[in-house]
Amino acid sequence: MAESPPKYDPKSRYTEGRGIAGAFEGETVTRRRLMEGTAAAVGGIATMAFVLPGLGFALGPVFEDTNPEIWEDVGAESDFNDTSYVPRVISIDPEIGDAGKTTVYIRTFNRDIDKVVEGQDPQPYVAISTRCAHLGCPVRYIQASAKFVCPCHGGVYDSQGLVLGGPPVRPLDRFYTKAENGRVLVGDRFSLNSQLERFAPRDPSNHLDGLWQYLYPSRPTT
Amino acid sequence: MKLPSPPRAFRRSPPRPGQDDRNGGNGRNGRNGAPATKPTGKEQAVEGVASVVGWLDERTGASPFLRGFLYRKVPKGTNWYYTLGSATMFAFLSQAVTGVFLAMYYEPDPTRAYESASRITNEVFLGEFVRGMHKWGSSVMIILIFVHMARTFFFGAYKYPRELNWVIGVVLIVLTLLMGLTGYLLPFDQRSFWATVVAVNINASGPIVGPYLADFLRVGSEFGPTTISRFYALHMLLVPGLIAALIGAHLYLVAKLGTTAPPWLRAEKKDLLREEV
Repeated sequence: MAESPPKYDPKSRYTEGRGIAGAFEGETVTRRRLMEGTAAAVGGIATMAFVLPGLGFALGPVFEDTNPEIWEDVGAESDFNDTSYVPRVISIDPEIGDAGKTTVYIRTFNRDIDKVVEGQDPQPYVAISTRCAHLGCPVRYIQASAKFVCPCHGGVYDSQGLVLGGPPVRPLDRFYTKAENGRVLVGDRFSLNSQLERFAPRDPSNHLDGLWQYLYPSRPTT
Repeated sequence: MKLPSPPRAFRRSPPRPGQDDRNGGNGRNGRNGAPATKPTGKEQAVEGVASVVGWLDERTGASPFLRGFLYRKVPKGTNWYYTLGSATMFAFLSQAVTGVFLAMYYEPDPTRAYESASRITNEVFLGEFVRGMHKWGSSVMIILIFVHMARTFFFGAYKYPRELNWVIGVVLIVLTLLMGLTGYLLPFDQRSFWATVVAVNINASGPIVGPYLADFLRVGSEFGPTTISRFYALHMLLVPGLIAALIGAHLYLVAKLGTTAPPWLRAEKKDLLREEV
């Protein structure tokens, strides 16, 4: 038998001492136990053979970048100025129609009011996402008070997207921008902390300041 | 323990005169001459049902199990509050059946979901009724399951040896709420879309694992083309399967451990003990 124990000890009294019926003399692992173990191992391997690929299949998108980099044209450079926001609709995910669209407030970078963070290139345009940093409801810019206001839970942001009140935990996200051939292009999303330092995009409700930020790691892909 | 005798249809009929007892019920009872009177149609129908049930019973041994399960003893004072669990189960069954029929017309695709859902309501025969059953039935099930939990709590029915059944029940409540959450997205109107965005971001607010959980639910960092089919798969395959399996375990433990008497019967019991002393 190929499955007999590799080390045969003729002196063993394991089966004899316990009165296990039908065991060969000196057998340390009974044939019954060996068959039990084999059946359990084969069953376990067979189960894992479909459970593990299935889990990987379901969890895969967590570990891969499912949103390809898109640069979307939002208008001519002359459409935008450096004092007031112009709303533009962009498609985060063009495959799903209206559900993949979101509004972005865009104005030209203004050296007088926009902070330049050391070591990070300022973007030529400030493109503020309307996704509230609390739970992702769409915020609206109120021109008269120069504030972004969220309809769901009362988050209020100033004209830079910094939190003024309510539950949001960090400023409004922004998008990368560039100007090419007189057209303004809007690219990927990035998140900011309260010092307007740039971070990889996070979900709403994820902190980026103080000790809290260590509880919300960035995605493996960004 | 004396159990009530099974219903008439379950009982083997006594052999007719002149019939070989060992071959009873196999159709050869005319061997020693035809029966004296011809059986009526009703008698034949009853005999037919009884023989089918007997055939099944002989091969499955189900009747002692079913008799023990359906005719088990219940404590004195058992009342209507004890039907809340069954009511919840029937609400689940109603959801399962209406859900299966809704799935025949529904398309879990972000560009088709809203149209197919409104087609169910506006065009499909009885579609409004079946969808309404499913929609309102979900609230009914959640209300019933919480009332059932409250009954269990206030009657002290969660205590030894029924703690495991309480734990299974809590898991069932969580799964039922998960059904509500995943089903809410499927009509794919403004309300369900934004409710799902907010609910997924609430998941993302959990430390360390939260962002990963949100990515799992959304299939990526943004609401995408397969988010709705993931919610649909969770809603109609994974979670209902778990609920059905756990209802089985829940019922097995109910039958195995029996139900508790209402708490107000305890005073009576003490009086009885005092008398005996």
